[in-house]
Amino acid sequence: MDIVELREHLCGQYPDLCPLFSIEFGDGVLLVGSDRLHAAARDLKDLGFDRLGMVTAVDFGEEFELVYRLQSREMRAGIFVKTRVPREEPRIDSVNDLWAAANWQEREVYDMFGIVFDGHPDLRRILLTDDWVGYPLRKDYENPTIIRRPDYL
Amino acid sequence: MAGVDDLAKALEHTPGGGVILTSIDAIADWARGYSLWMMPMGTACCAMELIAASFSKFDFDRHGSIPRPDPRHTDVMVVAGTITHKMAPAVKRLWAQMPDPKWCIAMGNCAISGGIFYYDTYSVVRGVDEFLPVDIYIAGCPPRPESLQDAILRLREKVRAESISPSRVRAVEGVLPLPGDPLRGESAAASEGSDV
Repeated sequence: MDIVELREHLCGQYPDLCPLFSIEFGDGVLLVGSDRLHAAARDLKDLGFDRLGMVTAVDFGEEFELVYRLQSREMRAGIFVKTRVPREEPRIDSVNDLWAAANWQEREVYDMFGIVFDGHPDLRRILLTDDWVGYPLRKDYENPTIIRRPDYL
Repeated sequence: MAGVDDLAKALEHTPGGGVILTSIDAIADWARGYSLWMMPMGTACCAMELIAASFSKFDFDRHGSIPRPDPRHTDVMVVAGTITHKMAPAVKRLWAQMPDPKWCIAMGNCAISGGIFYYDTYSVVRGVDEFLPVDIYIAGCPPRPESLQDAILRLREKVRAESISPSRVRAVEGVLPLPGDPLRGESAAASEGSDV
């Protein structure tokens, strides 16, 4: 199965999501709702995406976009699965039960963005100290110890 | 060190003891200056230059500067790299584990002032001298091993000007406490026996 056949397969399985599936630079991009993320991830794993490359997030103001990078050795292709969660209550189902690699990746996203992963076995800060206040990669993060770069530098 | 301190105190109050003390100083400083074993506190790219300094092209063994992984074996801590707020208590603990007399070299711009992480950063300590008494600063991003060699030679000059006498010995106090550091405050006495 290559990436084009994968698109046809996914269009049969997710007819409502088919317009949202695109192929960019040889990699697929699939947008799903946050409530369907875990089911879609399980389906993709069954299709042969046996490796979770990374989990990251983007701050878009009103909501956060979560980006999962899946890879398949069989198809020699990768796919990005994206979903959005509201800023007021950023919660998402953990995919730690599908790929153990998600454990530390999701902890990092929690550390930097404050997104809570339901079902994560050990959700605590990974890079910053345990008593850290705030989530540094949010656009509205403020810390009095930060020295802003002057305009002339 | 207690025995050496007592000896130096006794000599200082003995008639003619100053002559003997000066002679002992010369021997002790010669021994210390030519065996500055390094604690390689390498946390970033400066550590690559620090590693290169130990290998055959630069060969710091000929100066007597041997990198040792155990702080209890070492005399000089070379802080080579960026120190984050999470790393700083660990660095300070390793510094506390080094036996006196001890010296510190801040290698590279990050260890001097935070370097490129000075502005717009929430996680980096702006200079290792905020919590360690630094003797030698080496500028560069990263510095070449020749700069480190120069620092070792300058540190040797500094070491050879020191005395074993407690009244004249270099002050190693004045290490600023970090907030939340277990080595400071009430738990200092307890942790000295077990952890340090």
